[in-house]
Amino acid sequence: MSKLLTVSPSPHIHSADSTQKIMLRVVYAMIPALLWSAFVFGIDALRVTAIAVVASLAFEYLIQKYLLKVKPTVTDGSALVTGILLAFNVPANLPWWIIIVGAFAAIAFGKMPFGGLGNNIFNPALVGRVFLLISFPVQMTSWPVTNQSSVDAVTGATPLGIIKEALNNGVPVSEIVSKLPVPSDLFLGNMGGSLGEISALLLLLGGIYLLFTKVITWHIPVSVIGSAVLLAGIFWLVNPELYINPVYHLLSGGLMLGAIYMATDMVSSPMTPKGQIIFGTGIGVLTILIRLFGAYPEGISFAILIMNAMVPLLNRYIKPKRFGEVIKS
Amino acid sequence: MLKTFKTGGVHPPENKISANAKIEQLPLPKTVFIPVAQHIGAPATPVVNKGDAVKVGQLIAKSSSFVSTNIHAPVSGKVKKVDVAPDSTGYTKQGIFIDVEGDEWMEEIDRSEILVKTTGLDGKAIIQKIQDAGIVGLGGATFPTHVKLVPPMGMTAKILLINGVECEPYLTSDHRLMLEKPDEILVGTQLLMKAMNVEKAAIGIENNKPDAIQLLTGKAKDYKGIEIVALKVKYPQGGEKQLIKAVTGREVPSGGLPIAVGAVVSNVGTAFAVYEAIAKNKPLFERVVTVTGKGVKRPSNFKVRIGTPTSELIEAAGGLPENTGKIISGGPMMGKALASVDVPVTKGTSGILLIEEKIANRPEYLDCIRCSRCVSVCPMGLEPYLLMTLGEKQIFDRAEQERVMDCIECGSCSYTCPSNRPLLDYIRFGKAKVGAIIRLRKK
Repeated sequence: MSKLLTVSPSPHIHSADSTQKIMLRVVYAMIPALLWSAFVFGIDALRVTAIAVVASLAFEYLIQKYLLKVKPTVTDGSALVTGILLAFNVPANLPWWIIIVGAFAAIAFGKMPFGGLGNNIFNPALVGRVFLLISFPVQMTSWPVTNQSSVDAVTGATPLGIIKEALNNGVPVSEIVSKLPVPSDLFLGNMGGSLGEISALLLLLGGIYLLFTKVITWHIPVSVIGSAVLLAGIFWLVNPELYINPVYHLLSGGLMLGAIYMATDMVSSPMTPKGQIIFGTGIGVLTILIRLFGAYPEGISFAILIMNAMVPLLNRYIKPKRFGEVIKS
Repeated sequence: MLKTFKTGGVHPPENKISANAKIEQLPLPKTVFIPVAQHIGAPATPVVNKGDAVKVGQLIAKSSSFVSTNIHAPVSGKVKKVDVAPDSTGYTKQGIFIDVEGDEWMEEIDRSEILVKTTGLDGKAIIQKIQDAGIVGLGGATFPTHVKLVPPMGMTAKILLINGVECEPYLTSDHRLMLEKPDEILVGTQLLMKAMNVEKAAIGIENNKPDAIQLLTGKAKDYKGIEIVALKVKYPQGGEKQLIKAVTGREVPSGGLPIAVGAVVSNVGTAFAVYEAIAKNKPLFERVVTVTGKGVKRPSNFKVRIGTPTSELIEAAGGLPENTGKIISGGPMMGKALASVDVPVTKGTSGILLIEEKIANRPEYLDCIRCSRCVSVCPMGLEPYLLMTLGEKQIFDRAEQERVMDCIECGSCSYTCPSNRPLLDYIRFGKAKVGAIIRLRKK
């Protein structure tokens, strides 16, 4: 026989899955929320997303090609996901140059210094977002007017922002609630806020798709949302005039977006289910603590970044249940 | 709810394309090469010389220690030479070459198809005869069967598990054997039970073989103490520890043997070989081998004499497809890639799988994206991503702490990795090094 055979160790077959396919599934999952955003905020939403995506891809390519001098890996889809997530986390009327600064922070500070995809400690999109929030606080919290005609629609501010301001001025919760969109509007996405966070319904829909295609598991979203609602609920039960109904915490702000799309980022979340639950619970608790007692109305970005920093520790000490483990008595 | 093991597991495409091909006798080859090391343990010592005439079933290499086994002539003819040649590992190994002349069997072998259900032998005599017949685990591990049947001091066997899982994709040799020789397998199981002195046996079969489950369940009623257990399809359920967990719910402790939970596991092929050895006086010199692959013209199950070159099997299945890139001895998950088609069939060869060129080579691998799929599929509850890094960086003390020695090398991690990382390669490296360190420490 003249033909040369390949000789390699087992296994000799591979599942059809790839990093690129996983990233694309995340993109598909975010499309409904993006379209909704375009419907609510108009073409601006698409403009912001396009700029964030192109800038993220460009910075990744340029840094890899000219600074690190390695083969660019922009085709793996991770920078695409980062770009969309960054856009989802900013107001739809953000000036173009600020978006580019955010994309630069995400890729150049959040991802590449650690070695690129797979090695970053923090979620790159959130690094970009928090960088912008601290550098451009005015632009980052000036929310566009939604084009919804509903009388109750909130314009120019987010529900969480209204709550925070009112509580700071000593307004009781019962009066604040009348100024907020009703929970069904919050659920559908009839409110102000960051570009991609407004529709809990569509974010959940994408989340179900991600669960179904096994991109994420239930552990992180359920523990983030569960612990946040539980903690907010306890405060609410103790003093409903000072702390708002947890439904508002659940449906407004970035809790859904963070729990389903940001905290579940594979690279910056723990490797074991047990570790993921601790991680998620930490995020939920920190989010509510920041929302209730911090200076910012919203805390999920900080909560995720703080827990990202805990991940190496969780991976080091939280181990899966070993088969046939001999339990020392 | 069907039984299965809990931790990890994957479900690769089953591709059992040869499942309906009846077992056919492969024509005798012209020459056979019989390696003297085709089992776990010490190689056998040749007892024939160049020029000797041998009959089918005649002892040609003798077991050299307790963990070793006899080897018998699979063909009749003249010993051409006792020499070295490459086996499935790719290394050259000592073996016996026989030029085939006719097909003359030893007189004491009963070649009839009549089912013999009883034996006058007691347990001890059965074990002796199994040892004499050169029987090893036919599932692929090739551990000498007589060694397993004698529990270490202070341990007792309570249940015999017969492995009819065949969880490797493509392979169908056990499936066909269960369909075509159900009574023989059940008698063989009873003989093993008698040898071990246990009252209970269970034959585990995955649910993708409903015909075998149905047939054996019907027949098992006539055999006391044997239960047929249908299992959910999940790889690597054919792994000893996974099968025990699936059937009995017990976990073999880390570093321990199945006997630690009172179980002994044998393959259906082994049970059949035991039947033939005890009831028919036939030593182990032939076995069923699946020849399969996407491009194979006639996917088949052959009854093959040990020592037959792989090329003869491929020819009989319609020849080597043009697009073949890799030839595997065994299944796609744990089989060995062969360097040549001259490699002979040995006692552990369950199948020959031809893999197409386009998937024969691994794609370039990327950085770990920490998706944790390897952790979730590991049937031993290990962290393959971490063990790979520890192997790569040669941090062997930590690898030992992280239980690298527990790895059963099923390949689920490498199979699943979306970044195509060679997880198992580095884990094997780590295992080899840590194993060596442990052996040194014991000295």
